[in-house]
Amino acid sequence: MPDITLDHISKTYNKNTLLALDDISFEVNKGELFGLIGPDGAGKTSLFRILTTLLLPDKGFATVNGFDVVKNYKSIRGIIGYMPGKFSLYQDLTVEENLKFFATVFKTTVEKNYDLIRDIYLQIEPFKKRRAGQLSGGMKQKLALCCALIHKPEVLFLDEPTTGVDAVSRREFWEMLKSLQKENITILVSTAYMDEATLCDRIGLIQSGKMLSVDTPENVLKAYPENLFAIKSKNVHKLLTDLRNFENTLQCYASGEYLHLSFKTENGNSQNEVVVFLKEKGHDEIEMKMCKPSIEDCFIRLLAS
Amino acid sequence: MKETVIKTENLTKRFGDFVAVDAISFEVYKGEIFGFLGANGAGKTTAMRMLSGLSKPTSGKAIVAGLDVFTQPEEIKKNIGYMSQRFSLYEDLTVIENIKFFGGIYGLSDKQIKQKSEELIEQLQFQNEIKKLVHDIPLGWKQKLALSVAILHEPKVVFLDEPTGGVDPATRKQFWEMIYQTADKGITVFVTTHYLDEAEYCNRISIMVDGRIDALGTPRELKEKFSATSMDEVFYKLARGAKRSDN
Amino acid sequence: MFRDRKTLLLLFGMPIVQILLFGFALTNEIKNSKIVIADFAKDIASQEIIGKIEASKNFNIEKSILSSQEIEAAFKKGEIKIAIVFPNNFNYDLRHSNKAQIQVIADASDPNTATTLTNYITSIVNDYQQDIWKTSKVPYRIMPELRMLYNPDLKGAPNFVPGVMAMVLLLVCVMMTSISIVREKELGTMEVLLVSPFKPFLVIVSKMIPYLFISLLNLVIILVLSVFLLEMPIRGSLILLVAESTLFIITALSLGLFISTVTDTQQAAMSISMLGMMLPTILLGGYMFPIENMPIALQVVSNIVPAKWFYIIVKAIMLKGLGFSYIWKETLVLAGMAMLFLLISLRNFKIRLA
Repeated sequence: MPDITLDHISKTYNKNTLLALDDISFEVNKGELFGLIGPDGAGKTSLFRILTTLLLPDKGFATVNGFDVVKNYKSIRGIIGYMPGKFSLYQDLTVEENLKFFATVFKTTVEKNYDLIRDIYLQIEPFKKRRAGQLSGGMKQKLALCCALIHKPEVLFLDEPTTGVDAVSRREFWEMLKSLQKENITILVSTAYMDEATLCDRIGLIQSGKMLSVDTPENVLKAYPENLFAIKSKNVHKLLTDLRNFENTLQCYASGEYLHLSFKTENGNSQNEVVVFLKEKGHDEIEMKMCKPSIEDCFIRLLAS
Repeated sequence: MKETVIKTENLTKRFGDFVAVDAISFEVYKGEIFGFLGANGAGKTTAMRMLSGLSKPTSGKAIVAGLDVFTQPEEIKKNIGYMSQRFSLYEDLTVIENIKFFGGIYGLSDKQIKQKSEELIEQLQFQNEIKKLVHDIPLGWKQKLALSVAILHEPKVVFLDEPTGGVDPATRKQFWEMIYQTADKGITVFVTTHYLDEAEYCNRISIMVDGRIDALGTPRELKEKFSATSMDEVFYKLARGAKRSDN
Repeated sequence: MFRDRKTLLLLFGMPIVQILLFGFALTNEIKNSKIVIADFAKDIASQEIIGKIEASKNFNIEKSILSSQEIEAAFKKGEIKIAIVFPNNFNYDLRHSNKAQIQVIADASDPNTATTLTNYITSIVNDYQQDIWKTSKVPYRIMPELRMLYNPDLKGAPNFVPGVMAMVLLLVCVMMTSISIVREKELGTMEVLLVSPFKPFLVIVSKMIPYLFISLLNLVIILVLSVFLLEMPIRGSLILLVAESTLFIITALSLGLFISTVTDTQQAAMSISMLGMMLPTILLGGYMFPIENMPIALQVVSNIVPAKWFYIIVKAIMLKGLGFSYIWKETLVLAGMAMLFLLISLRNFKIRLA
């Protein structure tokens, strides 16, 4: 049974001039780790705010744990945990005081659900007397997660929890989410980092308020329609300009030390044709191989279609 | 023989007992894209400030664009460009006003500014946006404009501090194309980023841990050295041992 | 800079408003002050002096009363600031013993006004003296006997202490409450509070309680200092004073709450508290510039400044030693304001973000 449902949700701002969400429909199952992947301004935060009952949708219908986000907002508020995009703790309270405060607000005690947060809390316990404002990015994020979990929510909403956090803390954070999943908590998480997509059970790619694709990461990758090639030569910038002018090029863009290239129509000879073309243009040390698309490649491909 | 644009020897910065940057030595060459990575608090920002003449080192040596950071910080500022995540642009000025303002700051003549801004508008295809407030143009465009403005005076080096935060992948790619183009003109690009996959776009990268440079080389060299498949893994292996990255 | 309309308005608006306010509205010159005249003499001399007073732009003769009890009652009610008593045989004394006395009684709880008003009277009397000298060449002398009610030494403290009380309580309550609540919106903690089963409005109200205690503590400090250091009397009931102050604090807290519901940034809350509250309190509260002197429009506006009512209440209790029966109207106004602000905030308080 789906734990979160969205049915043709739309939202506009500034008196209908700014479309934030455009006819979004998808479902998240109980106990699933669902990732909402998209850049800043894609509509992720609006979507979170609608599901957490903080905003009213203009059109459409959505439920969380069977409750309507508009009519039954009070019931929803008791059973969800929410970590907003901006740092949402009391900067001048200590780690311990923050946790106690949120426990009180959610009508529970720290002790009651300590099991759930123990693994995370142990990491920040050495700093429990420190004020939240003086914690590093990774620590703040762990504390915020503890505060969001303190009342053992059914559904957890995490809005860009890893933004501005370094790679090590990011990885640890995802490990925490994986272990929370074992407690049968449904998790909806948003991120602008494409590489985090593969850590989710299912993902939704979102851009400019539109859902480009909803599927498992594997299926999203499989759905990439063309063969993708990695290509490099001595002068990368010139290579990019030249390939853009090649008549059979569908998409070509930088990706790491290689460029990624796809063809409009591909036959057995397409690779040779490109190499010949590039040699004519005076390129040296041309290296070309087939490669597997990443989520980022899929995203760019979906943007083009 | 490659021309060296940045050269440091045992460059150190202390704040009291705290060693923010601990005797780092490296060279960056002309036209190179040099990635400068590290966890939060590893000392990236402090190092970058010293190299751009904003902060005086405690000890060591550093030459930027042929100038000494100890004795010629003011001249260095004229010979470098700088762009940060928060865009060094004025949100309540129009596109063209920003270009003119920064041209003036870097001491270009009116004639040069006029010529440069025409080139720039043409190249970015901003013809319809020149009268718009920077506040009203999309994030990706702001980033491109900010970079263009930072290299308006044709500096030898441009420092980019987390330039690609928060934009969609397609816009990010376009921004990297601009970086390639800048490097192609012979301007050295010194860039910090949080996106480790972006590190692979750089010619060479250095990774800072606890104020020291723990790894330096081409992305391929580093991946081989740490037997990793991605820069993310290299970084993780290095930064995991960090003492002060996260407390 | 010129795209920033608000700053521009502030830069050019401020001097204009201030020049107008200080130039025209807020003067220390007193016009049309109500005066009570008790003319026991009813002779030619007293009538002539009364005529001069009537002709003066400084005074409006309220009524002529004969009993001294009635004069006292008028002072207590705060209806008048000054009264003159002409004794029996005023003219007779003047013509036969060459000197006569009149009694000038002023409400000195505001020493500045009292001094100014008595000076006006003295100069009118002197003026009359000059007139009769011209015709008779006899050096008649009228000697006004001054009586400064409530504050015989004309100390400054009785005037500014109630003012300081109003200021400090407003500062703590309005500014701190509004800023601390708006900070929650800015930091994002409000988002989490909204998503909790706890009623957010209750969280907010409970945040106001510390400020209530801080303000009460401040009140005690001010009172102790003014009684022991400035030797200021508390003539009325201390309990009543504390109760009325608590009411004022609650009014100020609900005003702070109201400001927090209509602003989204700490900076905005700060400017509204400063410009919208502090300035009107200082200018229209009644203790810097007497309200009676202001143009009618400003007098009307001053009615919405809570500090004005509190100032009247505090002076009545501390200096005049009056009981609740004299200040129930002012109390009712404050209570009404508190209710109004609380109701509007409750209605404005959003259960969602937009």
